[in-house]
Amino acid sequence: MTRYVLKRLAGAALVLLALSVLVYALFYLAPGDPARLACGERCNPRQIAQVREQLGLNEGVFAQYAHFLQGVFVGRDYSTGTSVVRCDAPCLGLSYQSDQQVTQLVLERLPATASLALGALVVWLVVGVGTGLLSALRRGGPTERILTVLTLAATGTPVFILGLLLLMVVCAYLQWLPFPTYVPLGENPEQWAWNMLLPWLTLGLFESAKYARLTRSSTLETLAEDHIRTFRAYGVGERAVVTRHALRGAVPPVVAVSAVDLGYMFGGAVLTESLFGIPGLGKTLLDGVREIDLPVVVGVVMVMGVAVVLAGVVADLLYAAADRRVVLT
Amino acid sequence: MTAPTDTSAPVAGIPATGAARQLLRRLRGRPAAVVSAGVLLLLVLLALAAPLFAALEGQDPYAYHDDLVDSARGGVPYGSFGGVSADHWLGVEPGTGRDLFARLLHGARVSLLVAVGATAVQVLIGVLVGLAAGLGSRWADGILSRITDVLVALPMLVLAIALTAVVPRDFPRPLLLILVIGLLGWAGTSRIVRAQTLTLKSLDFVAASRLAGSGRWRTARRELLPALAAPVITYAAISVPTNMVVEAALSFLGVGVTPPTPSWGQMLSTAQTWFRADPAYVLLPAGLLFVTVLAFTVLGDAVRTALDPREASRLRVGTRKETSR
Repeated sequence: MTRYVLKRLAGAALVLLALSVLVYALFYLAPGDPARLACGERCNPRQIAQVREQLGLNEGVFAQYAHFLQGVFVGRDYSTGTSVVRCDAPCLGLSYQSDQQVTQLVLERLPATASLALGALVVWLVVGVGTGLLSALRRGGPTERILTVLTLAATGTPVFILGLLLLMVVCAYLQWLPFPTYVPLGENPEQWAWNMLLPWLTLGLFESAKYARLTRSSTLETLAEDHIRTFRAYGVGERAVVTRHALRGAVPPVVAVSAVDLGYMFGGAVLTESLFGIPGLGKTLLDGVREIDLPVVVGVVMVMGVAVVLAGVVADLLYAAADRRVVLT
Repeated sequence: MTAPTDTSAPVAGIPATGAARQLLRRLRGRPAAVVSAGVLLLLVLLALAAPLFAALEGQDPYAYHDDLVDSARGGVPYGSFGGVSADHWLGVEPGTGRDLFARLLHGARVSLLVAVGATAVQVLIGVLVGLAAGLGSRWADGILSRITDVLVALPMLVLAIALTAVVPRDFPRPLLLILVIGLLGWAGTSRIVRAQTLTLKSLDFVAASRLAGSGRWRTARRELLPALAAPVITYAAISVPTNMVVEAALSFLGVGVTPPTPSWGQMLSTAQTWFRADPAYVLLPAGLLFVTVLAFTVLGDAVRTALDPREASRLRVGTRKETSR
């Protein structure tokens, strides 16, 4: 077990290293002068040269990459001419636009993304697993057909269309909710929940289609197994067979896929965040792209990489924990 | 095994002769596939003939009509349903008064072009990398497979957004989107091709071809490629809708197709500020995108079932690509 985790983590570290090389190479090759971008529109050549010196852009690409890694593992110093800014590990550089440390920026934006992702998790676990279970229970009947069509339609709907439709119906037409604006949880928990309701529903319902299919197919697979036949032979009712025993087969995949999806969301559910104006990681990435703020873009991509890779390891561990038959090697 | 170059022998359940005809016959037996194909055919025709239809309507997708929008109400079109009239069949765009019918049709061109073009790039790179990994040395396989793993693991949308940041603004956007989505999305194809190549490599007809003196690449071209067609086509078919959504998503986020070129995703992005005053402006591009993606999804699923009847379960989770959220 411990050996397995160590092995997987070593693999994860390699993947992240590869990602950082790739991302760094891309941004180094990118056209446009970072010093000019960092300095702003009105800088004269002398100021630009100064900024280039401060950011260490005069060094070769390997030296720059080495400094980037140094920043991540032990931290680094940036001199701004008169003073020295200490950027502690894990340092992902300074934003060109605001001179803020990228690590700090990411940490500030993390709660918004987290509140979106966790709420959506609840929605897809309830709606997705519920739908899948119902469709397994009513297999062959009209209910299943309707659910299959609904799931298929939901699969084809991009999340921003779903969100726009919900906004139109719930906020504009029925006027049940005001247009959502993000309120931090720490500020006002009640307002936070009301304003997050629509984003949660949007992202959660969007993901539900996948979980409904996953639950349905794993439940049906379990229903075909021998022990289920034994339960039936003992006279256990169909509902109890499905909900108590066959559903158990759906738990490991649902848990594992949820872990992976949560990992993805910490790279920012960019579309949902953008639609509802949630100041999370996805929005940070988009702002970074619009302002060509490369350290921010690299930082968010690296954080996303860490989240996705760790989520993969966690998903495997959870799968093994939920299904004792699986042995991790 | 008669002649080593005879590729018509059915291998691994993939008949090479008349395969296309057989696929069509099987697809014809599925009503959902026929309807989807019909919808898509219509859409392709509309997109191809977009300038023609716009001319028929007498409108230009780029011409502003300030007189058709109510500047007192912030630019909401006059009239009902977003300003539908004899001159403007589907109304006009709020704010600018540009003709919506013409813009939607021209938007279809971008959507279809990017979705199909990106899929072609993915197939090309995926097949080459997959073959190289399957036929190459252990080292080459190891390195290529690790790269594939990394690309499969990471969410495409985030990487695509990041990539658009480093390309100059004046680079043609549809081409950029084709390249970005193509360069980030080939990993699935290459995995399938590698796995298939490893299986096929050990079969007699491939060995016979090698023994007959064909080089590695000649064998790959003449023996392996025909046998790889079915899984590759299947995967490509289910990739098209995914790629279309990624394009729409990037344009929706403002890093895809840039104005004045119309695209559905970009219209939906503008529609965010208009959904109260002008619902038609949301519903039209949303409906088109929804129908197109759904039709591609259903057709892709039908192609998969037709090419591999053993996989005859509908829309299974494992075979779909990761979606954009």
